[in-house]
Amino acid sequence: MVSRIAKMSFSILSPENIKSLATVRIVTSDLYDVDGYPVEGGVMDPRLGVVDPGLHCRTCGSGIGECPGHFGYLELAKPVIHILYTKAIYKMLKISCQKCGRILSSDKEGAKRSVKDLSRNPPNKCPHCGAAQGKIKFLKPATFYEDKEELSAEEVRERFERIEKPELKKVKFLGGRPEWLILTLLPISPVTTRPSITLESGEKSEDDLTHKLVDIVRINQSLRENIDIGAPDFIIKDLWELLQYHVSTYFDNELTGTPQARHRSGRPLKGMIQRLKGKEGRIRGNLLGKRVNFSARTVISPDPRISINEVGVPEVIAQELTIEVPVTKLNIDHLKGMVKAEKVNYVKRPDGRRIKVTSENKKEIVENLSMDWTIDRQLHDGDIVLFNRQPSLHRPSIMAHRVKVMPYKTFRIAPQVCPPYNADFDGDEMNLHALQTEESRVEASELIDVKNNIISPRFGGPLIGLDLDQISGIYLLTIGNKVFKRKDAMEMIAAAGLDIDLPDREELSGKEIFSFLLPDNLSMEFKANCCVNCDTCLHERCKYDAWVKIKDGRLLTGTIDSAAVGAFKGKIISKLHRVVDTEKIKEFIDNCGRLAISYLARRGFSIGISDLDLPPAIMHHVKDRVDEAEKESNQLIDKFGKKTLKILPGLTAEQSLETQILNVLAQALNDISKIVEQHIKESDIIVMANSGSKGSLVNITQMAACVGQEAILGQRIKRGYSDRTLPHFKKGDLSADAHGFVTRGFKQALSPTELFWNVMNGREGLMDKSLRTRKSGYMQRRLINALQDLQVRHNMVVKNSAGQIIQFRVGEDSVNPSKSDWGEVKWLE
Amino acid sequence: MITSVEITRHVLVPKHEILSEGEKREVLKAFDATESQLPKIVVSDPVIQLIGARSGNVIRITRKSPTAGEAVYYRIVVEK
Repeated sequence: MVSRIAKMSFSILSPENIKSLATVRIVTSDLYDVDGYPVEGGVMDPRLGVVDPGLHCRTCGSGIGECPGHFGYLELAKPVIHILYTKAIYKMLKISCQKCGRILSSDKEGAKRSVKDLSRNPPNKCPHCGAAQGKIKFLKPATFYEDKEELSAEEVRERFERIEKPELKKVKFLGGRPEWLILTLLPISPVTTRPSITLESGEKSEDDLTHKLVDIVRINQSLRENIDIGAPDFIIKDLWELLQYHVSTYFDNELTGTPQARHRSGRPLKGMIQRLKGKEGRIRGNLLGKRVNFSARTVISPDPRISINEVGVPEVIAQELTIEVPVTKLNIDHLKGMVKAEKVNYVKRPDGRRIKVTSENKKEIVENLSMDWTIDRQLHDGDIVLFNRQPSLHRPSIMAHRVKVMPYKTFRIAPQVCPPYNADFDGDEMNLHALQTEESRVEASELIDVKNNIISPRFGGPLIGLDLDQISGIYLLTIGNKVFKRKDAMEMIAAAGLDIDLPDREELSGKEIFSFLLPDNLSMEFKANCCVNCDTCLHERCKYDAWVKIKDGRLLTGTIDSAAVGAFKGKIISKLHRVVDTEKIKEFIDNCGRLAISYLARRGFSIGISDLDLPPAIMHHVKDRVDEAEKESNQLIDKFGKKTLKILPGLTAEQSLETQILNVLAQALNDISKIVEQHIKESDIIVMANSGSKGSLVNITQMAACVGQEAILGQRIKRGYSDRTLPHFKKGDLSADAHGFVTRGFKQALSPTELFWNVMNGREGLMDKSLRTRKSGYMQRRLINALQDLQVRHNMVVKNSAGQIIQFRVGEDSVNPSKSDWGEVKWLE
Repeated sequence: MITSVEITRHVLVPKHEILSEGEKREVLKAFDATESQLPKIVVSDPVIQLIGARSGNVIRITRKSPTAGEAVYYRIVVEK
């Protein structure tokens, strides 16, 4: 339930406030007496709170952790300016009369003006008493001048005291009296906010703030003594300035124009501001950024042989991370064995003592181990852990995996689970969290185990599936009618780690081998990725073998490629979800990946420059088409010059020209693409494009024949100096090659200007990508913050934490996308 | 010159109906909600004025939905 804050007010701490908050008056700069006990009246006074274990607070009586700490106060010998209020003090000096203490705004103006507004341009004569006002100046860090005459903190304070309450109201000076902006009493923070650390040598090391307070108290003492004995003014002024310096740096030790207060070692001390500010400050570092135990982080690398819901954990990490296990009647013998094998790091006795297990004491521990103890055992195979990759943009960015302890120092994951994490292996690191309670482990395995998250909660299709080489492999295995000798098939299946009883036949087809992975009750038909969208689909008789037909778990026709088993697309995977349980789908994805790699490793897979060769005649054909396009665009430019160009609706003549040129060039590239498609030789590059594992026809065309138009912001390249894009062209040249058209392919190499266009385009892509991720990331963050406490109640109503109804039926159709088929529910066919 | 427009006939304006006291109680019970937990609609809303609903009335709004075909929402009429 949400409770509402009714009111909150901020105000200036008054001396009375400071006194009433305080329990101790600080009088001495000594911390400890000769015996090492804290001195009463010092800044470590025991009444300020407890930091030493076992002791009780002299003020509230509670022990360490209970006692919140208590404030003290120090009477300053002379007032000191509060460094964080200098701006407010400056403004107030400017807007109040130096003589009568009224606000420098006439009653006629009556309408309330703010401090800020009035201080910007204060009148130089008091509208009330007519006194001329001196010019107020503020010199950083904390000195005020009136017509070059320095104002002491005391004088400033006296002035502010004269300002009456109704006057303050006039300028909306709220939250207390202006004279409170100048310190006469200094609050001494509780020792709990500045605990001292006892070093191993028994020496005490004090917190930075304590050091600072000692300085303040010491200087304050000597200032008071000097005032009391009537010391000369300059001595008093020097001491006062020193006190001002110390009090200022106590609040903020990064003031401009002030040397930083330093520790004996030369390290700058941490002021109050430094504690809160910045990335490692209290706010961002501690309140918004919490840290966890039982976690590990290292580089990830692929292991196509482990299951999608496993994670390979390096031995060193498995030995460091532990899981707490209570000793029971049932497991005591097992645990004793673990202690003997040094698979246990700590044992905990019922009295709370933790004992580290070493090879020396393990015998003794095994003897004493009894039912009321608990042990911290190391991670071993089968433990369930959480695995995460940042940025955690959606729920499947954290999933539960099973541990598999492995040699070497990287986390190993199956390539199939890369898509949900958006991971690759170019140095990505991931985090692992060992779950500590039985409840959390059950929850993890039921809700966020990888195998239960194969279908995306966003679009209802598979998030997990084969990728890259795995798709190439399964495509090559299943395309056409590849026939394998029994021995070869056996080797391949064994290498994939599959346990299959082969039918008693001398030869097996690739399709048959794949069919072993399918459950018997799977029947479906769909178009593969390699489908070329013929005008009339021949279905089973497709000459590209692109019509996938599966009947009762047997692949009859068609090729298995990214449309069947790929991440984000795989139709087989999403269909399997309706015929078998998740464990079986997991096995299918595992086996499919291994089988694909096993076949691909036998076949070999490689590409080379010569794969992009086109016969000379075809290259001429391409060149002719490019020339033709350039000629066409030149004709358009001519027409534009003669003003006979066809003007498109809603566009200017220039825009019409641009659009038409772009169309002409795009059409040319399209035609070239078709030429390339028809004449390029069969190679593994084509396999990659057809199977959908990587690359497309566009990429192949760009490499082999022609890159085409490079665009900036969707336009032809226009940027440059004085009417041209580069000095290589005539001014006002509108031709294709002067505006980013690249006539060659990467294999032929680009001309210098063409390379420049390509780099321009590449840079735009880079900028665009980083800008877009930033923008959309922040947009998503705001959405998540706004929606994070919504929940779907059991009656399918969406409510927020205050019980307000957001949606009467979730999604209006109460369909859970992760249980749906691409967002639809079509269980009946 | 257009003198008046019947806004309820516009395609983008969904069907609004005033619920009876009994229906209102049923809705609140069905969704286990208090009046303040229902989505709100101000009395000055043109459709509310047109159908003559008063503060405290619950309105049933039947909208077209891309996922479900038709979706029913309820709003309680409130003063500004």
